[in-house]
Amino acid sequence: MNRILASVALAASLIVAGCGTTSEPSSESASDDPAGTTVRVVTHDSFDLTPEVLASFEQQTGITVELIAGGDAVAMVNQAILTAGNPVADVLFGIDDNQLAAAREAGLFAPYVAAARDTVRSDVAAPEGDLVTPIDLGDVCVNYDREWFAQRGIAPPDGLEDLADPVYSSQLVVQNPATSSPGLAFLLATVAAFGDDYTSYWERLVANDVAVSDGWEEAYYGEFSGGSGEGERPLVVSYATSPPAEVYYSETYAADVEAGTLPAEAPTGVVADTCFRQVEYAGVLAGSTNVAGAELFIDFLLSEAVQTDIPLTMFVNPVRADVALPDVFVRYAGTAGDVWSLPADEIDAGRRGWVEEWRRIVLG
Amino acid sequence: MTRRRWAGVALVALPSLFVGALLVWPLAVVVDRALRPGGSLDLTPVTTAASDPSLWGVVWFTTWQAAISTVLTLAVALPAAWLFARNRFRGRGVLWALLVVPFVLPTVVVAAAFSSGPGSFAVPRGTLWAVLVAHTFLNYAVVVRIVGVAWADLADRYADAAAVLGAGTWQVARRITAPLLAPSVLAASSVVYLFSFTSFGVVLVLGGARLRTIEVEIYERVRQLDLGTAAVLAVAQMLLVVTLLWVAGRWAQRWSVTLRPTAPAPRVTDRWGRRLGAGLVALSMMVILGIPLVTLVARSVWGPQGWTWSYWSALDDRRGVLQAAPLEALVNSLVVAVVATAIAMVVGGLAVAGIMSLERDPHGSRLARPAAFDALLMLPLGASAVTVGLGLLLAFGRPPLDLRSSIVLVPVAQALVALPFVVRVLLPAARSIDASMRESAAVLGATPISVVRHVDVPLLARPIAVAGGFAFAIALGEFGATLVVARPNLPTLPLTVARLLGQPGALNRGQAMAVATLLMVVTVGVVLAVDQLRGGVRD
Repeated sequence: MNRILASVALAASLIVAGCGTTSEPSSESASDDPAGTTVRVVTHDSFDLTPEVLASFEQQTGITVELIAGGDAVAMVNQAILTAGNPVADVLFGIDDNQLAAAREAGLFAPYVAAARDTVRSDVAAPEGDLVTPIDLGDVCVNYDREWFAQRGIAPPDGLEDLADPVYSSQLVVQNPATSSPGLAFLLATVAAFGDDYTSYWERLVANDVAVSDGWEEAYYGEFSGGSGEGERPLVVSYATSPPAEVYYSETYAADVEAGTLPAEAPTGVVADTCFRQVEYAGVLAGSTNVAGAELFIDFLLSEAVQTDIPLTMFVNPVRADVALPDVFVRYAGTAGDVWSLPADEIDAGRRGWVEEWRRIVLG
Repeated sequence: MTRRRWAGVALVALPSLFVGALLVWPLAVVVDRALRPGGSLDLTPVTTAASDPSLWGVVWFTTWQAAISTVLTLAVALPAAWLFARNRFRGRGVLWALLVVPFVLPTVVVAAAFSSGPGSFAVPRGTLWAVLVAHTFLNYAVVVRIVGVAWADLADRYADAAAVLGAGTWQVARRITAPLLAPSVLAASSVVYLFSFTSFGVVLVLGGARLRTIEVEIYERVRQLDLGTAAVLAVAQMLLVVTLLWVAGRWAQRWSVTLRPTAPAPRVTDRWGRRLGAGLVALSMMVILGIPLVTLVARSVWGPQGWTWSYWSALDDRRGVLQAAPLEALVNSLVVAVVATAIAMVVGGLAVAGIMSLERDPHGSRLARPAAFDALLMLPLGASAVTVGLGLLLAFGRPPLDLRSSIVLVPVAQALVALPFVVRVLLPAARSIDASMRESAAVLGATPISVVRHVDVPLLARPIAVAGGFAFAIALGEFGATLVVARPNLPTLPLTVARLLGQPGALNRGQAMAVATLLMVVTVGVVLAVDQLRGGVRD
C-alpha cells in the first residue's frame, strides 16, 4: 500500500515541481539577480542539514529554498533521467558514481565549477566535464561486533578473503544489490577486488552461509548483533561512520561527554580492506529556470558551514580538505586499509550484468 | 436512459475520474513508452518476459501466497468478528479500536515487533511463514471490522424463526447466518487478497531477498530502468486483479441480501459454553494483537542500560537525524489524515450512491454496469504502485495540468488508497437497506436528499464510522507518500520513525519505538472517539 502512495505522491510532487517551472521568471531575469527567487532542490531521503544552516543561505542570498524529496538515491536519479530536459528542480543533490555515467548520457546536468572547488580533497577526482560537484563521501564497509569476537576469543576478520573463510561461517549479512545502495556498493567492492573472479568469491560466500536482506535497516537492526543491532550475526555491510554513530546515538553520549567518560572504542568496528567509496555529488539540472540560484546553492553546499554540518547530520565525510571533523568522527571512525572504487563508466557498463549474476549465484 | 440512470452515471463520474486520472491513465502512459519506444509497436519485452520462467514463478508465487494469506486471515479473524458482533463484554469498545493498530504501523516497525522479543521465536525472518503471519496481522482488522459490523446487524429473528421451525444450530449457521454474512465476508476477503497480492513492504522487509511478489519484481526492474519488463508485469498484474474483481463483483451482487433494519442486541454472555468460546477467541486476539504491540511499547522504555524514559523525554525536541520534533510531526500527521479522510469519504460516498442507483435501474445497459465501476474503484489496491507512480511522472510532467500545492497531494494520494476500503465497507451495508423504505419515503413526499438524510445516513451510521476509521488509520499510518511528497522539513510520524531507523544507535532505535507507540496511541484514541460518536458496534 505504501508503495502505491509513495509512487503516486512522488509523481505528483514532481508534477507540481515540473509545472511550477513554466510559470517562474525566465532564466535571464533570474540570473541577473537571483534574490527573491526560489531554488528547488531535489534530494534523497537521507538529506539533512541543521535548519539554522539552511536558513543562513536564505538570509545571505535572499533566495528561498524549496526541498523536494525524491525517494532514495537510485529512485531519485532514475526519475530525473526519465524526465531529463524537463526537470523537477533546479539542483539535484545525492547522485553517486553508480549512476553518474547514465546521468551524463541522459544530459541530466549543466556544467558548473563551484567557487570552492579547489578546496576539495585531492583523492576525490573531479568528474569529467564539470557536470557535477562532489559534496560528501562515505565508505560502505563490513562492520563487526567487537564484543561477539572478544567473548569467543576469535580475531575479527581482516579483509574480503577472511569473510569466505569457514572460521567466519554463518556470520555475515549483506544487502540485496538490486534493492539496496550499500548492498550494491559491497558487490562493487568485490568486483573491484576480484575482477571477473567475483562470481567465484560470491560462490564461496554462499558456501560460507552468507545471509541476505533487502535493505540496510533489516540487515543492521534485524540481523546484526553489534551495537544497536538485535540479531545474531556479528558481521554486516554498513558504513565506516556506523561505529561513531553508535557512540553518538548511544543513550549515555551526552552524559559521557559531560563527565568525560566516553568509551575508548565504539562497540563496533570496521573490517579492513572491505570498504567501497561512494562520493555524492550535486549538479545544476539542465533545463533549470533558476540557473543562477542553483549555482549559488551548489556553492553553498561546498561552503564551510555546510561541510562542517554534514558529518553529524548525514553521517558522511565532507569533501573539503580544510574542514575539521567532529571529535566523535576522529575518535571512532575508521576506514582501514585499502578503499575500493571503480570508474563511473565501468560501473555503468557492468552493473546490470553483475547484479543479475549475483542474483543467480546468491538467490538461486 | 432513464433519469435514475443519468443520476447514477453522474454520481460515479467523479470517483471514476479520480481513479482514472490518477491510476489508469498513468499506467497506460508507461505501457505506451515501454512498448512503443520509437513510435512503432515493439513487442519484444512481452515475448522476452513470457519466455522467462523465473517471472512465471514470481506470478505464481504472488497468486498462491495471497490465497493462503486470505484463508489464514479469515480463519483467525472470523471468530473475532463473531466475538464482537454477538457478545457483550467489558473492554469491547477499546479492543474494537485497538484492532486498527496493525494497520497504521509502518512495516519496518511491524517487522521489528515480530522479529525480536517473544514474536521472533514463532516468526523467523526471511521465511514464507513470516510473510504470511505479517499479512494476517496487518489484515486482521479488515475482516474483523467489515464482517463484525455486518454480523452485528443480522437480525436474530431469522435465526430464531428457523430454530422455532426445528432447525438445529448447524442448520441455522449454514442456511441462515452464512448466506447473510457471505457478501461482507467476500468484500473483506477481496480486500485482503488484493492487499496480499500487491504486497511490497512486508515481502521486502520480512521475506528476505528470495521471496518476490510481482510488485517487488517491478520495483527491482524499474530500479534497473528496465521499463519493458516492468510494464509487462504491471499489465499482467492489472489483468489478474481486474479478473478477480469482476468475479468477486458478480458474486457480491448475487449474494447480496436485503434486510429490514432491526436493533439486535448482542447477547449477554451467559451460557458457559459460549463463555468459554468467547474467552478463547479473546485470548487468541490478545496473542495476535498483544505480543507485537506490547513488545513495541516495552522497547520504547527499555534500553541497553535497562528501564529508561530518555526515548520519550525528547519527543518535543529536534535532534540528530530528525528534521522536526516528533510532536510537530504528530500535528502534521493529524492534519493530513483528517483531510485525506474527508476526501475519501466524499468520493467513496458518491461512488456508493452511484452504484446503488445503477443497480436499482431495471434497464441496465452493458456500458454502465455497476460491477465495472465497483471494480474500477478497487484498483488502487491492485494496480502496480511503482508503475503508476512512474506513469504520473511521465504523463503529467508538463502543463496544462497544474497542481500547485504539493502538500495537498499527500492527502489526495492517501485518499486514493483509502477509497477501496470506504467503498467495500459502505457498499454491502447500503445494499442491505430495504429499497421499500426509500420508496415509501419517496411516496410520502420526501425529496431524494431527504431520503438520503433521513433513511440512508441513519441506517448507515455505523458503516460510515467504520469506513471513516479505516480511512483515517490508513492516512495516519501512511509512510511512502509522505516520504516523497511532504517537504522534508514537514515530516509526519511514520516518516520520523523511518528517519530514526535509518541510522545506527540505541537512542535512534529506542526513540523510533517511542514514536511508533505514540502513533499507535493517537490512532486508537481517534478511532475510539469516532466509534463512540456513532457506536462502533452497537451495545
